[in-house]
Amino acid sequence: MSTVRVLVGTRKGAFVLTSDGKRGKWDVSGPHFPGWEIYHAKGSPADPNRLYVSQTSGWFGQIIQRSDDGGKTWFQPGTPPGETTAPGGQPKGESNKFLYDTSAETGAPLTTHQFYDGTQHPWEFKRVWHLEPSLTDPDTVYAGVEDAALFKTTDGGKTWQELSGLRGHGTGPNWQPGAGGMCLHTILLDPKDARRIFIAISAAGAFRSDDGGKSWKPINKGLKSLYIPNPEAEVGHCVHRIAQPKSRPDLLYMQKHWDVMRSLDAGDTWTEVSGNLPTDFGFVIEVHAHEPETIYVVPIKSDGEHFPLDGKLRVYRSKTGGNEWQEMTKGLPQKDCYVNVLRDAMAVDSLDKCGVYFGTTGGQVYCSADAGDSWSPIVHDLPAVYSVEVQTIP
Amino acid sequence: MIRVELPAHLRALAHVKGEVSVEVAGSVSVLSVLDAVEAQFPMLRGTIRDHVTQQRRPFLRFFACGEDLSHDPADQPLPQEVASGKEPLLIVGAIAGG
Repeated sequence: MSTVRVLVGTRKGAFVLTSDGKRGKWDVSGPHFPGWEIYHAKGSPADPNRLYVSQTSGWFGQIIQRSDDGGKTWFQPGTPPGETTAPGGQPKGESNKFLYDTSAETGAPLTTHQFYDGTQHPWEFKRVWHLEPSLTDPDTVYAGVEDAALFKTTDGGKTWQELSGLRGHGTGPNWQPGAGGMCLHTILLDPKDARRIFIAISAAGAFRSDDGGKSWKPINKGLKSLYIPNPEAEVGHCVHRIAQPKSRPDLLYMQKHWDVMRSLDAGDTWTEVSGNLPTDFGFVIEVHAHEPETIYVVPIKSDGEHFPLDGKLRVYRSKTGGNEWQEMTKGLPQKDCYVNVLRDAMAVDSLDKCGVYFGTTGGQVYCSADAGDSWSPIVHDLPAVYSVEVQTIP
Repeated sequence: MIRVELPAHLRALAHVKGEVSVEVAGSVSVLSVLDAVEAQFPMLRGTIRDHVTQQRRPFLRFFACGEDLSHDPADQPLPQEVASGKEPLLIVGAIAGG
């Protein structure tokens, strides 16, 4: 029987939740890296025992952790425990180093972006928000960072290089931080075209590369954001999350600050599909593993009130790619619930009856083993959940 | 040997318990001690001072012999008690956050 492994990043450590394919009984391990903020943890599709974690701290900065045994043991890539001197040529202590590319050879990328007050501000690395392992190579991983930029490792996380064509393509001076900082939070690797990458930035928008990350273009046509000077600007939109069905990678879904959007043409144009949602503000959006038009969101009251409407935690599911939404409440608290569900905190497994998972800022991780029809908590009392990722291991 | 006391989270990263001791050749300063700490525990590179600018992280401070040395020049010699190993250099995280 398959195993399901749920990787949970929280405000005070990482947790690994494991179950068999029935998804009824769970083993909980952790906290790993106790006391540290874990912005994201994700496994390699090419080697399920290879896990990467972004461990951050306002005191000590950024740490990248890696496991080669499914989360039993961890180390900083390039700096195994017990080795205190650098053998010949092997980089050590470099896995935490994210340096923006300012070299003339690669086009001298921009050095400023728009700050909260409208002035230009230099890029300053703060943390890694999202790690996206390659679909085919366990040693290749993309990292989305704050201040927004995309980095890549090809040596299992020992060293990182910026893909500076994104930050340098021209619209950078108009990017600006959202309330959570100017973060690159979404990275989607096209399963049918290895050269195609999608990313999203708050608050800049969505971007696509068709050449493996060398060059980029904004893909925000159709987005309307009433909170920016030009609501239909090429960039400046606060995109919270984008999602992509593996079987139809040109079909994209987006939870924007306000509005749920859909694109049928790999992001070239977008159409609003908020339909009958009670509020179209939210952070997460996810796609069913086998049904490309079945999608999930968790509506949040507003940008000023980051909790569910009326204290009722509800997942909304559409089986029509948006517009027509059903409220899913069975097993979820329907009174006095004032948690949030952050942008990286929903994921699906790939079992036949697709499992859907999400974590809350109240420390609950919920699982639905029946594609959203009913829910039950795996854990109740973790620290605030930042991210949830799921591995389905045969 | 120079004695250095690290914050608990950095001890966990370095896989050590209690104080660490490092050998410093020549002048004993915050700069030379941190160079030695990072050489012995490369996983700490970037956690105490910035990778490139070598500036102290804002929420960390350096103390020794009851004095706050955080704003002294990094290459200023540390007190003789630290250089002789009688007293440790304390690397202290700010009491802040939740």
